[in-house]
Amino acid sequence: MAVKTQPVTVNLGPQHPSTHGVFRMRVMFDGEEIVDVEPVFGYLHRGTEKLAEERTYSQIITLTDRMDYVSSMLNNQSYVLAVEKLAGIEPMPRGVWLRMIASELQRVASHLVATGFLLQDLGALGTPLIYCMRERERILDLFEMLCGARITNSYMRPGGVFMDAPKEFWPALDRELDDIVNTIDELEAYLSGNEIVFSRTKGAAVLPPELLINASITGPMLRASGVDWDLRHRDPYDYYDKVDFNRVLHSASDNYARYWVRVQEMRESVKIVRQCIEQIEPGPVRPSFDDVPRLIRPPVGDVYSAIEGSKGELGFYLVSDGSIAPYRMHARASSLINLTLLREMLIGEQFGDLFVIFGSVDLNMGEVDR
Amino acid sequence: MTTAWNGQALAEAIEAFAPGTVISSSATDVWVEPSAISNVCEGLKTRSEFKFDLLSSVTAVDYIDHFEVVYHLTSLPYAATAVLKAKVGQGRTEASVPSVVPIWRGADYQEREVWDLMGIRFDGHPNHKRIMLWEGFPGHPLRKDYVTYDQSIQAPNDEDDE
Repeated sequence: MAVKTQPVTVNLGPQHPSTHGVFRMRVMFDGEEIVDVEPVFGYLHRGTEKLAEERTYSQIITLTDRMDYVSSMLNNQSYVLAVEKLAGIEPMPRGVWLRMIASELQRVASHLVATGFLLQDLGALGTPLIYCMRERERILDLFEMLCGARITNSYMRPGGVFMDAPKEFWPALDRELDDIVNTIDELEAYLSGNEIVFSRTKGAAVLPPELLINASITGPMLRASGVDWDLRHRDPYDYYDKVDFNRVLHSASDNYARYWVRVQEMRESVKIVRQCIEQIEPGPVRPSFDDVPRLIRPPVGDVYSAIEGSKGELGFYLVSDGSIAPYRMHARASSLINLTLLREMLIGEQFGDLFVIFGSVDLNMGEVDR
Repeated sequence: MTTAWNGQALAEAIEAFAPGTVISSSATDVWVEPSAISNVCEGLKTRSEFKFDLLSSVTAVDYIDHFEVVYHLTSLPYAATAVLKAKVGQGRTEASVPSVVPIWRGADYQEREVWDLMGIRFDGHPNHKRIMLWEGFPGHPLRKDYVTYDQSIQAPNDEDDE
């Protein structure tokens, strides 16, 4: 006999262990089935864009760290590239190579967090997450060697990076790259062909590529639907035209495809870092203060510059009025925009899959709310 | 390699299918009539010579005497980008522009954010509510005339202390 049910609205978050921060949604359930979802944002809104209007171009680097706090290096890179474009600064080659090494390591760290928490949400309590976090921890140790900070790095500057890597960084980096590959192999051996992972992720929350493009969704989510769009390849910034890497694509556009694309992208990032190590040459890491002063005064104008962040297109729009602080700064936050289709992804799914689907988007509340 | 559309070339191309909508253009940007934004965007998205299928970013700038809504468009088939701008709210009156959500779903949260923080209304937006701040928050913080909390507190003067 069918049991008669009536829809019930449940509030999830903002304090909830599976919401990757302080995300809140109002979800309407009919039994176990999700009928309606309404995300509520703003619990981590710090007014970064307003704060930036009162700070100098160099001081803002510290604000960008705190946007997407699991990929600070990528935020730094996107921001300094925007400033370089706005002020016409020519970066130093060694600084650019170090920037690429740091940002590719950060991409691995960010994808490890995404993968680890996705598996945690699947119910693989502890082990895979700890394996991923262990590897991320070692990457953070490398960042500590580079700049003294683990999460809020503020490592990059317009024109390069603020200091050269110490001698002991290079052997440690070599060891770490091998360790990353080993960890990915280990993860894949246990999980990429795992029956439980298959049954929970395959065919869940499928999104057609046209809809993804229309909703401005970029990054691994878009590539998991088979659209070949990677700004590192399409619009090579820094020295991405001098390295060789594969674009990882999958055609299924389901949760498994998104997981798989992230895992394979980590391997490509390791490849890129290895090529950077081969091509890096001694030299200054940033221009002298005579060429690029501490207080940069870009000419009047505006610029939009975007990079391929760990979550998608990460862009900065800067407007200069010729003073030492930007007139307006806007960050194009892919975490927020990638949530546009959350409703489509969740409606009709089961309650147990809610956080799995949510985790497959890979968002960071620091970037969603800024 | 993505190529950025030249502003003048794009202005001419827009004039060809939507006459009288372009106000001015520069080397990189095109300023269009705010009321015609839906029309122009629809053309830029669907016409075979543009195919701007991905809306990278929507934002707004407060230039004191007017606001400027800025659209950054990307075309995946042609690997091209373009910048579209619309001046609204001359004299800081009621500022509004037609919503592009019917054309690009990706504008949904971004337009809500612009309304929340800059106070520009998007006519025809399906869910025109604040996004970061709560309903009832006074003012729009990214406006240049917004008085922040610490600016609003009167510093105690020395005579009161004695």
